[in-house]
Amino acid sequence: MTMNRQETEQLIQEVLEVYPEATGKQRAKHLMANDPSLEKSNKCIVANKKALPGVMTARGCAYAGAKGVVWGPVKDVLNISHGPVGCGQFSRAGRRNYVTGYSGVNIFNDINFTSDFQEKDVVFGGDKKLAKIITELDGLFPLAKGVTIQSECPIGLIGDDIEAVAKKSAKDIGKVVVPVRCEGFRGVSQSLGHHVANDSLRDWVLHGRDDDQSFASTPYDVAITGDYNIGGDAWSTRILLEQIGLRVIAQWSGDGSIPEMQTTRHAKLNLLHCYRSMNYISRHMEEKYGIPWLEYNFFGPTKIAESLRQIAAFFDDTIKENAERVIAEYRPTMDALIAKYRPRLEGKRVLLFVGGLRPRHIIGAYEDLGMEVIGAGYEFAHNDDYDRTFKELQDGALIYDDATSFELESFVERLKPDLIGSGIKEKYVFHKMGIPFRQMHSWDYSGPYHGYDGFAIFARDMDMTINNPCWQKLKAPWQRAQAEPLSAAA
Amino acid sequence: MPNVMLRHNAAGQLVFYVTKRDHEETVTALEHASPDRWGGEIRLADGSRFYLEPLARAPKLPMTVRVKRL
Ligand code: SF4
Repeated sequence: MTMNRQETEQLIQEVLEVYPEATGKQRAKHLMANDPSLEKSNKCIVANKKALPGVMTARGCAYAGAKGVVWGPVKDVLNISHGPVGCGQFSRAGRRNYVTGYSGVNIFNDINFTSDFQEKDVVFGGDKKLAKIITELDGLFPLAKGVTIQSECPIGLIGDDIEAVAKKSAKDIGKVVVPVRCEGFRGVSQSLGHHVANDSLRDWVLHGRDDDQSFASTPYDVAITGDYNIGGDAWSTRILLEQIGLRVIAQWSGDGSIPEMQTTRHAKLNLLHCYRSMNYISRHMEEKYGIPWLEYNFFGPTKIAESLRQIAAFFDDTIKENAERVIAEYRPTMDALIAKYRPRLEGKRVLLFVGGLRPRHIIGAYEDLGMEVIGAGYEFAHNDDYDRTFKELQDGALIYDDATSFELESFVERLKPDLIGSGIKEKYVFHKMGIPFRQMHSWDYSGPYHGYDGFAIFARDMDMTINNPCWQKLKAPWQRAQAEPLSAAA
Repeated sequence: MPNVMLRHNAAGQLVFYVTKRDHEETVTALEHASPDRWGGEIRLADGSRFYLEPLARAPKLPMTVRVKRL
């Protein structure tokens, strides 16, 4: 059943009834029924506001956004989780940002570094310890191209001067040392961490090779921004860009490195996948180096073809022709894929609650498989994300900003979707409710999902989740109605 | 006096972006838009108005400027 706007509004009202009046009033501003004709969201939905006390939010902290999302995937830096050990340990390697290289030799993503704050560091300050750690790390890992200091909450509270340490240490070791002021208490969600990390890249890294003219650039140089190579996403993106004749000179930041970030200024175009987490640096590069940026979407063949054409439009006719040729080349494969999976997935209804770009970007991929997205929401979006969401989502679909676990569960009970795409915090709750679920932050240990190659994996994963025979085993045999047919697809 | 970035979007419209707030709004009217005088009152699609000290020549966009809220 697809709901119209009125029915959706009514559902929202019913769910809100449980809250005390003041809370209900606040939460009402974060929930709405979609109207695809809307251009601007600021009149109809409130976003990027502090979660209310007493509700369960799925958000992370600024440190998670800076260290986990933006800096974590950079392969040749040593990210120090500066503060107590827990923040780093519990956020370790969850996002599966793939990299190439030799761990501990020239890549360091899978090693956890922390200053392991103790009481005495809080009392006497940790700057000396930090400086010592940086020198020590440089001795242990001479091939690292830099060190970042990812501040956890206590650092901001005790007022350590990590910028001074960074400046001094950078001189001592002759490498980039970046202080990242991403204490978890800053901002309302991980989103501020993305911004802080972008600013640290801008202030401490980006201009590092501005005087170096040795890089031989071509008219076809582009950079991928906002792709964290989750399960290899950036690689399956890169393949397509290379096939249409472009040269990818930098990846921000999945499988990315300090030198390539510093040569990004030679790019002719910045290709921005996750707008939320990297629009800041893209805007800055546009102002400083005159590099235009383009948002694109590499989920599902329809959007990929659209995006390839948009990208090609920035270049000459050869690239445009190449784009058409590549699209045509993949078409038979894609048609065969859709012919295989569509009959098994047609009409299935999906509810999404993710972050960054996904609640809007994946919709096309589901629609290519004949599925419909009946509700979408972001953990930490801003209004400019909702501006971009309305036209992607069908009329009357439910939109929820920073949904609480109560709201999400109530929506699911009422809407009974065939698939939920959300995070690990939601996964087991919905499994227990007997609803097929994909963890869409890091592709549930699968991927890549970007590009044509990724779509094949995406389609297979959705099929194997929804049509998994386990969902029929949730009821004891004697509770199951005699005539209940087994799904034809299973 | 917010810091804002002025740029053209893909459709060629002038866009006003408040860096601190991640707020993007299209410009509906700019008081002075000639090559030798650029700026003045800026009117946005959401109805709000800002003032940019007029520049002596039309700038190369994007550019970050300080504006006054009116
Ligand atoms: S909120 Fe603070 S203490 Fe908690 S994980 Fe984030 S940085 Fe660490």
